Amino acid sequence: MRFVFKRSYNDDIGWFKHRTQAIYYMVLLAFVVALPWLLDDFFLGEATNVLIWAIVGMGLMLLTGHTGQVSLGHAAFMAVGCYANIIMMQRGVPFIVALPLSGLITGIVGAIVALPVLRLHGIYLAIATLAISVLAEDIIVIAEPFTGGVSGLVAPPIDLFGMQITRYGTPTAFYFITLIVVLAVLFAYRNLLRAPLGRAFAAIRDSEISAQAMGVNITATKAISFGLSCTATGLAGALLGHFAGAFNHETFNIVLSIQLLLMIVIGGLGSIHGAFFGAIVIGFLPQVIAIGRDVTSSLFGFGSLTIPGIEVGVFALILLVFILFEPMGIYGRWLKIRTYFELFPFYRKGMFKRQKSYLKTERTR
Amino acid sequence: MSLLAFENVTLRFGGLVAVDNVSFHVGEGEVFALVGPNGAGKSTVFNLISRFYDPAEGDIRFADKPLLGLRPDQVPSLGIARTFQNIELFEQSTVLQNLLVGRQRHAKSNMLTEMLFTPSVREEEHRHREVVEEVIDFLELQAYRDKYIAGLPYGVRKIVELGRALATEPKLLLLDEPASGLSVEESQDMIFWIEDIKKQMGITVLMVEHDMNLVSAVCDRVLALADGKELAIGTPAEVQAHPEVIKAYLGTGEGKTK
Repeated sequence: MRFVFKRSYNDDIGWFKHRTQAIYYMVLLAFVVALPWLLDDFFLGEATNVLIWAIVGMGLMLLTGHTGQVSLGHAAFMAVGCYANIIMMQRGVPFIVALPLSGLITGIVGAIVALPVLRLHGIYLAIATLAISVLAEDIIVIAEPFTGGVSGLVAPPIDLFGMQITRYGTPTAFYFITLIVVLAVLFAYRNLLRAPLGRAFAAIRDSEISAQAMGVNITATKAISFGLSCTATGLAGALLGHFAGAFNHETFNIVLSIQLLLMIVIGGLGSIHGAFFGAIVIGFLPQVIAIGRDVTSSLFGFGSLTIPGIEVGVFALILLVFILFEPMGIYGRWLKIRTYFELFPFYRKGMFKRQKSYLKTERTR
Repeated sequence: MSLLAFENVTLRFGGLVAVDNVSFHVGEGEVFALVGPNGAGKSTVFNLISRFYDPAEGDIRFADKPLLGLRPDQVPSLGIARTFQNIELFEQSTVLQNLLVGRQRHAKSNMLTEMLFTPSVREEEHRHREVVEEVIDFLELQAYRDKYIAGLPYGVRKIVELGRALATEPKLLLLDEPASGLSVEESQDMIFWIEDIKKQMGITVLMVEHDMNLVSAVCDRVLALADGKELAIGTPAEVQAHPEVIKAYLGTGEGKTK
């Protein structure tokens, strides 16, 4: 069991709780930076994929985990970021400008959409955002002169510092671009959480009425939360466009929106860690299923067996297991295991009992 | 001079008149209580001052500024803080974070500086923390500083909510049943705290309370309400002895068959 002796208010404001924790994260960062030399190109691509999921995961976590507003429409905002980035690049805007701009555009679009939509609560909000997701698909098809309609767009290579960066051509460079975006979003997110705005988000999540009585402007703060969430989502969308190479309206369908929400629920709502854990599960799941399929078919000699919809099925199963047995997600489970060992043998089963789940619907706001 | 002026206010919910032409003035430095049976409209008066409800008629002024044009979230910036009858804390946050939300009305930083966590934001955080630490010392919450609200007993939550209101550095404190659900000892503490809030901090207090023991101990004046109407106003002793008040609480006994 560790006791942290605090000597200054800075000890509560800092990024890390104590020095050992800081060392752990530095080791993790060093590992992530060294990854291109540890993995082959295929798995590096998968790692990049996980990082892209993590960016949008952080965006959605800010909105759902920290501000308590559900969104089933984030695929639409990924689409906005993706198309904005590629359309700007096609018109000669360099990537280094187009990427942040696409985040900004998505953020502004998100904040504008949020103003009417975030008047709704709980399940109604979920339905309204779901409608946005459905609408976005149609709008992409209709806006053919810009979006290429059903045939979609092809991402041009990223022209950066004299290099032509593509996912397959230069996987390491693309990995680092993604990593830099991840770190930038993480930096801003972590800082916000220890500042007044982050506390205002949590206040809205837990009790709108008393947040208001403390001087939090609910409408504005929710719109800011949605806007920031969409900014991260837009950045992820832009990177996804380059990652996928070619994309159309079907890339950003409702299943993606649902997957995004599942990701943060599986990871653990209300923590940045949860976004990353969820991203790892979602990012690697298709590979795990593919490997599992190969193993079973070689064991039983089925030949190459494909079951349509197996991915969605496994996904739903995992989600069910989590909702039933670990509503706090992977991060919550990790906290329990850690507390168990820290307090051994004094851990009680009820210690985490009172932690209620999020997404209050019809309670007093 | 009166700090809070509540003039001829009427609020209707459909056919029900929740507050019926109620007027009262709370003077600066006063401890003022609203009493009355359930459904008398006491909490509704609070919600009117917090701007959660719009009155049909009447005017509410705070330090000679009209309150009625403001949004609920603008009310705290004038220096009005409140607690809730059914504790409305931020359950998933620590006591410290809850108290820091009370500093929201003093926050000057903006989104961008906060995302970069510039030195000015850090400095400001230190200032907020100093105010919050004073509140923690005052209410003796040191042991609970880093505890999550979700795991705290009721009595402590009640005090944390008082602390959060104090952290806003208000001029007027609205306490909605500060002693409800507290043990005898805890409500004794509450009496001392309210006295100190009045004397040391110079904060005016308006409260809704059923515990006449607490009301007589700390209040300068009392307004008794029943069915949204004013019954009596005066010192706690006067109001308690007022025939209309006794009638409202105990009934008249008329028309009863033996």
